[in-house]
Amino acid sequence: MERIPILKMGPYLLVTIQVDMHDRVAMTLQDELTERIVSERARGVLLDISSVDVVDSFIGRMIGNIASMSRILDAETVVVGMRPAVAITLVELGLALPSIRTALNVDAGMALLKSAGKSNNGRPAR
Amino acid sequence: MGQNMQLAEEIRNRQDAILKDWIGYQLSALTLRRDLLKESELREVSQRFLELFAEAFAATSDSASLSWKAVKDNLAEISRARALQGFSPSETATFVFSLKQPLFDLAQQRAGHDGKRFAELLWDLTTLLDKLGLYTTEVYQEIRESVIHRQQLELMELSTPVVQLWDEVVALPLIGTLDSNRTQVVMENLLQRVVETGARIAIIDITGVPTVDTLVAQHLMKTVAATRLMGADCIISGIRPQIAQTIVHLGVNLNDIITKATLADAFQVALHRLGATVTKSVLP
Amino acid sequence: MAVLRDELIGLRSMDDIIKARQVVRECAILQGLSLVDQTKLVTAASELARNTLIHGGGGEMRLQALNDGSRRGVKVIFVDSGPGIADVELAMKDGYTTKGGLGLGLSGSKRLVNEFEIDSKPEKGTTVSIVRWR
Repeated sequence: MERIPILKMGPYLLVTIQVDMHDRVAMTLQDELTERIVSERARGVLLDISSVDVVDSFIGRMIGNIASMSRILDAETVVVGMRPAVAITLVELGLALPSIRTALNVDAGMALLKSAGKSNNGRPAR
Repeated sequence: MGQNMQLAEEIRNRQDAILKDWIGYQLSALTLRRDLLKESELREVSQRFLELFAEAFAATSDSASLSWKAVKDNLAEISRARALQGFSPSETATFVFSLKQPLFDLAQQRAGHDGKRFAELLWDLTTLLDKLGLYTTEVYQEIRESVIHRQQLELMELSTPVVQLWDEVVALPLIGTLDSNRTQVVMENLLQRVVETGARIAIIDITGVPTVDTLVAQHLMKTVAATRLMGADCIISGIRPQIAQTIVHLGVNLNDIITKATLADAFQVALHRLGATVTKSVLP
Repeated sequence: MAVLRDELIGLRSMDDIIKARQVVRECAILQGLSLVDQTKLVTAASELARNTLIHGGGGEMRLQALNDGSRRGVKVIFVDSGPGIADVELAMKDGYTTKGGLGLGLSGSKRLVNEFEIDSKPEKGTTVSIVRWR
């Protein structure tokens, strides 16, 4: 069974989704990610979906879960590279993903995470 | 269907004579576009068709049968070519219909003495050729419609180019009335350009749009939502008083979208959000 | 109207859902649907396939390529003989949720396609059919 690789990029973790995801793969990813956030003391997660051509409510839920769980572990999630066709479909589907931050690509995502880190009021620097 | 096979055999034997008559009829039909078709080409095309026709007819006179597939494919090719060349649908159908006379002549020679048999043969031939003739017009229609469809798409794309105003800022000046179809194409184009240019802000200017109805307003909102999902943002500029009224009457909620009166204002806001400033240098 | 292609795909596992998506995508491409329309159709199919598997206890997906004169489209039909839906109207309302999460996806899927039909009764299973035209 495929596993989605999680790469460490400085204080952040980069997850690049390139396969049509199975439920089990998605569950494994969420488990592994939460463990890595803690063990690496990551301050942010970059979820790269630029190779994903379909996001249905299941994947949408997974993205939402990852963002919520990361936040609880004091890491921000940024979803990068959403394709236009996917964005249009999600809007039509009514999946707003309102509390999720997004960026056009990994670079922009990292810039967003950095500036978010700076304006982290009152949180102790790690 | 021994009779069919006999006639098919006859068609093959008398091919040259039939072709001569048939091409004669095609050329004399006043509508034939001599400028578009050379006689040698016509002969080649007609001969090929006649061969396939004879082969299929030997098997059955039911054009819906699989034996007629090769003939139909051949006809479809011819129709396609003629549609693209600019022939009218009747000119294209004439290709098939003008084959009636030569085949009736042949049938007359074969079965003229037997009234009943002659009538049957005539009926078979005429229904067959009618169906094939109509088939050419169907194919013709399809081709013309797909050409028109393609031209419409091209026109829609050309008429609303996305302009890169600055690093990370693009603008889409919309002009003219927007219908649901056009709006969708235009919006998809905008999103694609946002990805290509890495723009963080897209300004949609509707100064040149006289009216906005519910569907268009909804499309605009969806475009803004989709842009945000992708990681960029939108500013809408050029909302004229009448449109502002329409939007309020329609109950569309613009609260969390930045709107500016002019494209210039929107550009200023965009620059500000990106942390850029513009300074004038004073000449000494 | 001509049905050019008629395929039956079993939906009994997660792998089947992935296969279903690929097959629908292929058909949509062959029928000439635009990228956005393809994505909408495949997304709706993914939602409904999931429903069939998870709520319907497994079932089948039927894929058809349609030719209606100059109109070309793709029709997908999902059938299961599961528990069925007691109140279809309620299930079609936005935001309706069972078993947690973002709901049955029925109302959302409906918005992604041109034609949507659902037939479901308790104990009698569910049939959903969708069409997306070019």
